Amino acid sequence: MARPLDAEALPAQAPATVATPGTSTARRWWRRFARNRGAVFGLAVFLAVVVMALCADLLAPYDPLIQGVGPANQPPTWAHWAGTDSFGRDMLSRIIYGARIALVVGIVAVLLAMLAGVSLGLVAGYYGGKVDALIMRVMDGLFAFPIIILAIAMMAVMGFGVKNVIIAVAVGFVAPFARVTRADVLAVKEEPYIEAARLAGVSGPAIIARHVLPNVLAPIIVQAALRVSGAIITESGLSFLGLGPPPPTPVWGSMIAEGRNFIVMAPHVSTIPGIALMVTIVGLNLLGDGLRDTLDPRLRR
Amino acid sequence: MLRFFLSRIGQTLAVLFTVSVIIFVLMRLIPGDPVLMMLGDDFTQEAYQRLRAKLGFDRSVVTQYVIWLQAILRGDFGDSYLNHERVSRLVWDAFLPTLSLVVASMLVGTLVAVPSGIVAAMRKDSAWDWGSMGFAIFVYSMPSFWKGIVLIWIFSVHLRWFPAVGYVHPWENFWEGMWRLVLPAITLGTFFSGLVARIIRSSLLEVLDQDYIKAARARGVRRAALVYRHALANALIPVVTVIGLQFGTLLGGAVLTETVFGIPGMGRLTVAAILNRDYAIVQGAILVGVFAVVVVNLAVDLTYAFLNPRIRVA
Repeated sequence: MARPLDAEALPAQAPATVATPGTSTARRWWRRFARNRGAVFGLAVFLAVVVMALCADLLAPYDPLIQGVGPANQPPTWAHWAGTDSFGRDMLSRIIYGARIALVVGIVAVLLAMLAGVSLGLVAGYYGGKVDALIMRVMDGLFAFPIIILAIAMMAVMGFGVKNVIIAVAVGFVAPFARVTRADVLAVKEEPYIEAARLAGVSGPAIIARHVLPNVLAPIIVQAALRVSGAIITESGLSFLGLGPPPPTPVWGSMIAEGRNFIVMAPHVSTIPGIALMVTIVGLNLLGDGLRDTLDPRLRR
Repeated sequence: MLRFFLSRIGQTLAVLFTVSVIIFVLMRLIPGDPVLMMLGDDFTQEAYQRLRAKLGFDRSVVTQYVIWLQAILRGDFGDSYLNHERVSRLVWDAFLPTLSLVVASMLVGTLVAVPSGIVAAMRKDSAWDWGSMGFAIFVYSMPSFWKGIVLIWIFSVHLRWFPAVGYVHPWENFWEGMWRLVLPAITLGTFFSGLVARIIRSSLLEVLDQDYIKAARARGVRRAALVYRHALANALIPVVTVIGLQFGTLLGGAVLTETVFGIPGMGRLTVAAILNRDYAIVQGAILVGVFAVVVVNLAVDLTYAFLNPRIRVA
C-alpha cells in the first residue's frame, strides 16, 4: 500500500512506550501540551462544548422545542441572542442542546469504533496468518468507502434515530483503528518481553491484554482524539441531508439545512448553528493535533 | 515493475470483491421483503412464489450472491421500483455532475494549496507560515455544506455574482457550466486545499532536512534555487499521491456540497432514493461511487510507482 503520508498507515518505527502516568510524566506531558497555543485553545473550546452539553438545562434560556417563543425568523435580539428559527423557536437554546447530540454521537461513535477496531487489530496483528488476512481484507473493503457514503448506506439499512446515527458513523471509523493497532502490534510482537511471556506459558489473550495493548495504546488514543471531529462532521452531514436524528430534535446539521430555505430573508438561521459547528471542529482538530504532538511525537509533522 | 503492477491490480480486485460482499450483505439486511415491495398491494400467492423464484430468493445465499454479482458485472443494476427506469442510466447521469464537481475542486484546491504550502515551508515559523497554516486548518474544519451556504449568501444573494443553484454540463456549454461550478468548487476545493497545504509543507520540510539539500546549501546554492530546483520535485511526489487518494474524501464531500447547490448528482440521487426506499438505486450509486474510488486509488498507486522507482521494491 502506498499511502506514504497517511498517518494511519504509518508502521510503528519503535514501540511507543507508555509509562504509568506518574506525576512527573503527567507534568512533562502537560508542559509540552501547554506550549502549543493552538492545543490549549482547542482544549478550551472542547471544555466549553462539554459544559454546554452537560448543563444545557441550566444554560438554555428557553425550551428548545417550544415554538413561538418569539416571532419567526427574527434576527438576533436581546431576548434571543441567536435569533429565532422559522417556527419561532429560540436558536440559542437549540444550539446549546445541539451540543449534546454532537458530543454524544462524536464521542460514543469513536469509542465504539475504537473498541471494535482495536480488538480486530489486536487479534489480526497478534495471531497473524489466515485470521489476519481475513480481518484485514474486510477492513480494506470498509476502508474503500468514503466515510459519509458508508454512513449513508448504514442509515438506509437501519433507519433513523440517534442510536442508528451513532452506529452508522462508528462503522466508518473501524478500519482506521484496526490498521493503526495492527501495525503497532506487529512491531511490539517481536519484543523480547512478549517472547518471554509466551515461553512462560502465558495464554494468548492474556499476553494481548497485559503486554501488547498497553504498549500500543498511545497512538490509539491520539487516533481517537483526531477522529472525534470527523465523527461530528459526519453526523452533521447526515443530519444536513435529513438522515440524522428526526425533527424536532435540536441538531446543528438539521438546523443549518432548515435555514437554507430562508437564506435571503433570515441568513442567521443557517449561519449561526454553522459557526457553533465550525468552532467545535476547529477546536477539536487543534486539540487532536496537540495531543498527537504530546503523546506521540514520532507522528509529528 | 511488472510484478508490482500485477500485485497491486490483484489487491484491487480483492478489495472490489470485499466491497461487493459488504454491499450485498448490507442490502440483504434492509428490513422488509423486496419481493413484496415489487409486487405492490394486490397479488396472488402464486405470483409471489414465481417472482421469488425468478429473482433467485429461494436459493442459497451464496447462489444469490453469484447471481447478483453476474448481473452487476453485466452493468445490470436493476430498475428503479418507483419509475421503472434503469438504475445504471440514473446512476451514470448523476455520476457525471458529481465527477465534474470533484475534478473542479481538485483544481481549485491544488491551485490554492501549492503556493501556500511552499511559502509556509520556506518561511517556517514566520507570520506567513502561521497565516497559511491557520487558514488551512480553518477551511479544513468548516463543514462543506455550511461553507456553501455562506458563499451563496455572500456571492449570490448579496453580490449577485454567481447563480445560487443549478448545474450545466461544462462540455455542453463550457462557460455557463464553469460559471455555475465556481462556488461549489470553491466550497469543496478549499477544504481540499487545507488538507493538501499542510501535507506540502511537511513534505517539503522533510526534504529540506535531508543531506543532499544540506550539501547543496553548503556549496552555496541560493535558497530559492534550492527549493525550486532541488527540493520541490522530490517533495511533490508523495503529495501527488495524497491528492489522488483524497478522491474518496472529495466524493463524499461532493455528496454534501451538491445538495447545497442543487446539483443533480450522486448525493441527491442517493438521499432521495433512501427516503423513497428505492434500494436498487441506493445500491447502484454506492457500488459505482466506491468502485470509482478504488480504481482511482489503483491509478494513483501505479503512477506513484512510475514516478518514484524506490517504491516498486516494497
